[in-house]
Amino acid sequence: MKIIKAILLAATMMVLTASCGGGDPAVPNTRGVYMLMDTSGTYTQELKQAQRVINFILASLNPGDTFAVARVDTGSFSEKDIVAKVSFEDRPSMANRQKRDFRDKIDQFVKKVKGSAYTDITGGMLQAIEYLNEAGTGHNTILVFSDLKEELREGYIRDIPLQLNNYSVVALNVTKLRSDNIDPREYLDRLADWQKKVEAGGGQWRVVNDLERLEGILNM
Amino acid sequence: MSVSELFMITPNPVLSGVIWFVIIVTALFVARTHAHLGIRSLSRVLHNAMRLTANSVLHAEQKLIQRNRDVLMAQGREAAERIVEREFERVDATVRRDLSEYPALHRLLSEEITKIDEDYKESTEVPPTPPAWVKAVEAVAKIPSTKGDPMVGNVLEDIHSSLIKANTKATEEYRKSSHDRHTLLKNMMPQWRKVKQILGNVDKNINSLLVRSVTIDRHMDEYESIVKSADKSERMLSSSSLTQFFISGLVLAIAIGGAMINFHLIARPMSEMVGGTSQILGFQINVIAAMVIILVEMAMGIFLMESLRITRLFPIIGALNDKIRIRMVWVFFSILFLLASIEAGLAFMREILMEEDAATRALLRDGTASALVGNSYLWITTAAQMGMGFILPFALMFVAIPLESFIHSLRTVLGIVGVSFLHGLAWALRLVGNISRFTGLTIIHIYDLIIFAPLWIEKIIKSNKKGEETEGEFDADKTVNIRGIAQ
Repeated sequence: MKIIKAILLAATMMVLTASCGGGDPAVPNTRGVYMLMDTSGTYTQELKQAQRVINFILASLNPGDTFAVARVDTGSFSEKDIVAKVSFEDRPSMANRQKRDFRDKIDQFVKKVKGSAYTDITGGMLQAIEYLNEAGTGHNTILVFSDLKEELREGYIRDIPLQLNNYSVVALNVTKLRSDNIDPREYLDRLADWQKKVEAGGGQWRVVNDLERLEGILNM
Repeated sequence: MSVSELFMITPNPVLSGVIWFVIIVTALFVARTHAHLGIRSLSRVLHNAMRLTANSVLHAEQKLIQRNRDVLMAQGREAAERIVEREFERVDATVRRDLSEYPALHRLLSEEITKIDEDYKESTEVPPTPPAWVKAVEAVAKIPSTKGDPMVGNVLEDIHSSLIKANTKATEEYRKSSHDRHTLLKNMMPQWRKVKQILGNVDKNINSLLVRSVTIDRHMDEYESIVKSADKSERMLSSSSLTQFFISGLVLAIAIGGAMINFHLIARPMSEMVGGTSQILGFQINVIAAMVIILVEMAMGIFLMESLRITRLFPIIGALNDKIRIRMVWVFFSILFLLASIEAGLAFMREILMEEDAATRALLRDGTASALVGNSYLWITTAAQMGMGFILPFALMFVAIPLESFIHSLRTVLGIVGVSFLHGLAWALRLVGNISRFTGLTIIHIYDLIIFAPLWIEKIIKSNKKGEETEGEFDADKTVNIRGIAQ
């Protein structure tokens, strides 16, 4: 009888420990990162910077995390625009190998990339949400490496609300255009519009222009 | 109707207050006897309840003290039995090792002594016997000689020379025999030494037994004192138990530190085996696996110490027959050895993973992994990690000893803490009981203070009545007396 009591007590303690220490069991302890790279016009010159960001993220991610890099072109709501994607294996040695392969793919892409005429950021965001939802990662981040100037081809409909609950959207290296220098309000309005759009969808919005301060972008 | 409206009997608030005061005081005065009884009963109930509870707690405290005493004495008795048992085992070993050879030793000693005796006999001095013809010479020498008889002179001369020759020969023989005797005596020296050495060994063994017997006597005295449940023994055991508690606690804390280091050595490479992303009860599976390995190692270590009869946490293991127990020792040792080897391998894997991680980071940061290649000192950390991975499980094995002390002393410490708690609780209950009792009295006095005016009036009325009654009685007495005198 005493043994049964002891076992019951131990089981109760374990359950209590799990409920106290385990946090929210519905949220997996993995990260999902989707990076959109603007390849329109002169922004292709910034791709070296994008490579740095990608390498930094690769170094920060752990086994079990998911990472994808996609280009932003005329119509970005497509799997074809995903340049490289990976879900890291459980084993650290395999994860390291995957990181090296991913880096090689990005290197090749940066060497061969050609600029696109239009910039469909919203389409890319929709694709990112779809991909990360499918991956089932716990903490999702969408990185937008772009000047945030959206230019859609005629007939493309992108006036769609984004479902960004529990998503963090980080705009990286938002360069100022020539027109922004003439009228900075254009730049500020552009940022404000995107912030409004993201927050309306339930996401968190941040801007990081100094690429030396990337440490906090993947906070869980 | 609000409270303020209810309060305002007249438009003047002071007057209303006075009216209310009079009403309340009158009501309190009327209800005084019952109110006093109620307050007194309530305070008495509380006081008695607290007193009874305190008595129960004190009773429980006494029981706990007795239980602590029993536990302490049982532990002390067990420890004393163990020590005495160990001493007897040592005596047994000494007797088996040394005294079992005693017959052979005795025979050797007898042989040596016989040999010495024979040598001694042979070495006794025998004086040389004079030649048999000396008496004949004496007779010849007594023959009266005539002066100038050359024949007698020649005979005497011959006899003289023969005597000198015989004397020389006898002296030589005596010297030879003396030399032989000295040689024999000289040969006796190592035999004497050997005898001395044998006797010294015997003396040493006997002395060691005597010393052991003195130790056993001392422990037996302690044991008897414990069996008699002497206060001195209780104090001594209690103090010893507290010391054991703190010392074993300290050693256990050190062991926990060792276990943590061990855990960090294998937790990371474990992810290569079981993966690092899945979770059970909120903990990563590789962390759980590493923890389980360490706990299994500790369990094996505890069982090993138990099988070696160093600790006695599981009496069933100690009670096994020696053959099975020795087999279990080897089984536990083999498992521990395998786990230690696995840990050493995992520690090696950890180093490889760290190097690979560093290489990948360097590649991602600088585009080259060259910084990591060719570091000739890396083998030192690798070897150190492997060594720690192998040694720590064996080091953790010894945690069984402080654990046993900790568990045994914990019973005593918990008992002491429990007694202190119960004592404090009893004191607090008595305090609350007394406070409730005196609070009741205080409330009664305050009650009377509020209604002092009617009480004062009542007192005056009562004293007047009493005065009248006394006066009436006095008058009646006076009448009686006058009547008596008149009569």
